[in-house]
Amino acid sequence: WRRGQERYSPVTQFTQCRVLREHRLQREDLWVRDGRILDPEKLFFDEQGYADQRVDCEGSIIAPGFIDVQINGGYGVDFSQPSEDVSSGVSFVSQKILQHGVTSFCPTLVTSPPGVYHKVLPQVKVHDGGAQGAGVLGVHLEGPFISAEKKGAHPERFLRTFQSGGIEDLMEAYGSLDNVAMVTLAPELAGSQSVVRELCRRGVTVSLGHSVANLSQAEEAVLHGASFITHLFNAMLPFHHRDPGIVGLLTSDQVPAGRTVYYGMIADGIHTNPAALRIAHRAHPSGLVLVTDAIAAMGLPPGRHTLGQQVIEIQGLHAYVAGTKTLSGSIAPMDMCVRHFKHAVRMHEGSVCVMGSLFYVFDGFLV
Amino acid sequence: MRLVILDDYDLASEWAAKYIRNRIIQFKPSAERYFTLGLPTGSTPYGCYQKLIEYHISGDISFKHVKTFNMDEYVGLPRAHPESYHSYMWNNFFKHIDIDPANAHILDGNAKDLEAECQAYEQKISAAGGIELFVGGIGPDGHIAFNEPGSSLVSRTRVKTLAKDTIVANARFFGNDLTKVPSMALTVGVGTVMNAKEVMILITGAHKAFALYKAIEEGVNHMWTVSAFQQHPRTIFVCNEDATLELRVKTVKYFKGLMHVHNRLVDPVLSIKDQQKEEN
Repeated sequence: WRRGQERYSPVTQFTQCRVLREHRLQREDLWVRDGRILDPEKLFFDEQGYADQRVDCEGSIIAPGFIDVQINGGYGVDFSQPSEDVSSGVSFVSQKILQHGVTSFCPTLVTSPPGVYHKVLPQVKVHDGGAQGAGVLGVHLEGPFISAEKKGAHPERFLRTFQSGGIEDLMEAYGSLDNVAMVTLAPELAGSQSVVRELCRRGVTVSLGHSVANLSQAEEAVLHGASFITHLFNAMLPFHHRDPGIVGLLTSDQVPAGRTVYYGMIADGIHTNPAALRIAHRAHPSGLVLVTDAIAAMGLPPGRHTLGQQVIEIQGLHAYVAGTKTLSGSIAPMDMCVRHFKHAVRMHEGSVCVMGSLFYVFDGFLV
Repeated sequence: MRLVILDDYDLASEWAAKYIRNRIIQFKPSAERYFTLGLPTGSTPYGCYQKLIEYHISGDISFKHVKTFNMDEYVGLPRAHPESYHSYMWNNFFKHIDIDPANAHILDGNAKDLEAECQAYEQKISAAGGIELFVGGIGPDGHIAFNEPGSSLVSRTRVKTLAKDTIVANARFFGNDLTKVPSMALTVGVGTVMNAKEVMILITGAHKAFALYKAIEEGVNHMWTVSAFQQHPRTIFVCNEDATLELRVKTVKYFKGLMHVHNRLVDPVLSIKDQQKEEN
């Protein structure tokens, strides 16, 4: 309510809630008008306004939506499938992941032939989220410029190296970098430095992963602008005390002042041992970003499902190649990852919400 | 004068809050007749505000028909700055109660014409019918609001340059950087507070003891501006034991002996719930 206004917008005050602010949970009311968060002090003194409606949150937490920067699909949808209607698959997933608290995400494409990128990428646009689904921040291209030795589940025949060492390789592989938010590459590939620089110049986040780089190679990539690590510990050389490899970036003294190296972690309780989660967190807590790296099977009920060329069997939080005990990918939704992480690291809730949401803070809050 | 002595800070805060509560409820404020309350800031009244908020949350008191006038505000400090008195009042009081924002008056230290702002404030107080109860604190140098030593005892709301003592005392809120502490403030005058029907001064802590001594056991003196209230018909000083350390034993014994009389002012403690029951 605003004194003197003829057409007024009602102000809602959420009370008895805990709000994530300044990196911790605070007992504060949240004030909203027209879908935007208000500064209640300004409302009081400038507008002499007050709440029209109060909502008692009974002690619940109000946190910004989670941001998932690595998710390959879900609910039967695989983002790397070159279908005719990729955008409806993305929309379907974007609507479904709202219930996990995710309000923004980067649809992730695994290593694919140029034809797939050329077909899929033009159909995925950056757009804001809303009640209809989470927003798309841009595509995360995981490959094909990765190491053959650390390809994981990526198809070897589509891996590539940098030939002309620059934008030409990227354009040939991907077709276009519009709507691309992030690229995962292996920095030990020859000619990667100029590629890293060019991507950063274009505002694309460069992430190191699926790589056998040693620490110096990783540090050099960071100097050229790389700022993220794809699923720390997985698909990279294990930590060694004489060459920590990419993992060593967490405590590297070569990271330029004022810059942070962030790292994704899959905290589903399966892909990373809780002790490893704790080591990474204690070494570099402010760089930790929770990701799901979820595959198309996420969200599907237990049992067998055919996804593309594979038959997957879902048992609880595990997704196996049917008939085997080989994990075929993560299917834990983000809110489960947040809860598991909190339990594994034995932290209070405020800091964990930060790791899910605070990265890419320009996304702002979604109420 | 009434000198109400409680054992500690919490009890003093509670006594003061109960007194304010009873005064408001007895007044039976309404839309036609508001209760006007003068308010201080700082660490001393913090406990009192906490208690008043508690009484509001429990439904025993409403500020719907209360108008408030704060004593002072820094000049040139952005209103949203965490150390501004606007921020203090919002965070420690207004946001927790049901006061109408239009009735919460605080001097604007960023007004284009500071003198006009001060005069307008005096007019707002008159227009509201004067202040029923002015609550204040005391500085270690005996000042009330920002009426520093040497301020006229009949002064009105005006711009004041802060004394060195005050700036040094405030530095702890500005990262101990003296250059960041505001050097000027807008303040109600001693005369402005004297015009209130009743004045209640909260004084807690050993560091205020000497100022209390000067204020009530020595003469009326513009170097210790709180002493002006010796000439006010209704003044209550609410303090804790530590604040009495510089007083004569005789003074303290006399007023402690009167506590059973003073306590009748806060016992029984009234509630709007009883009034609502009566109406029903």
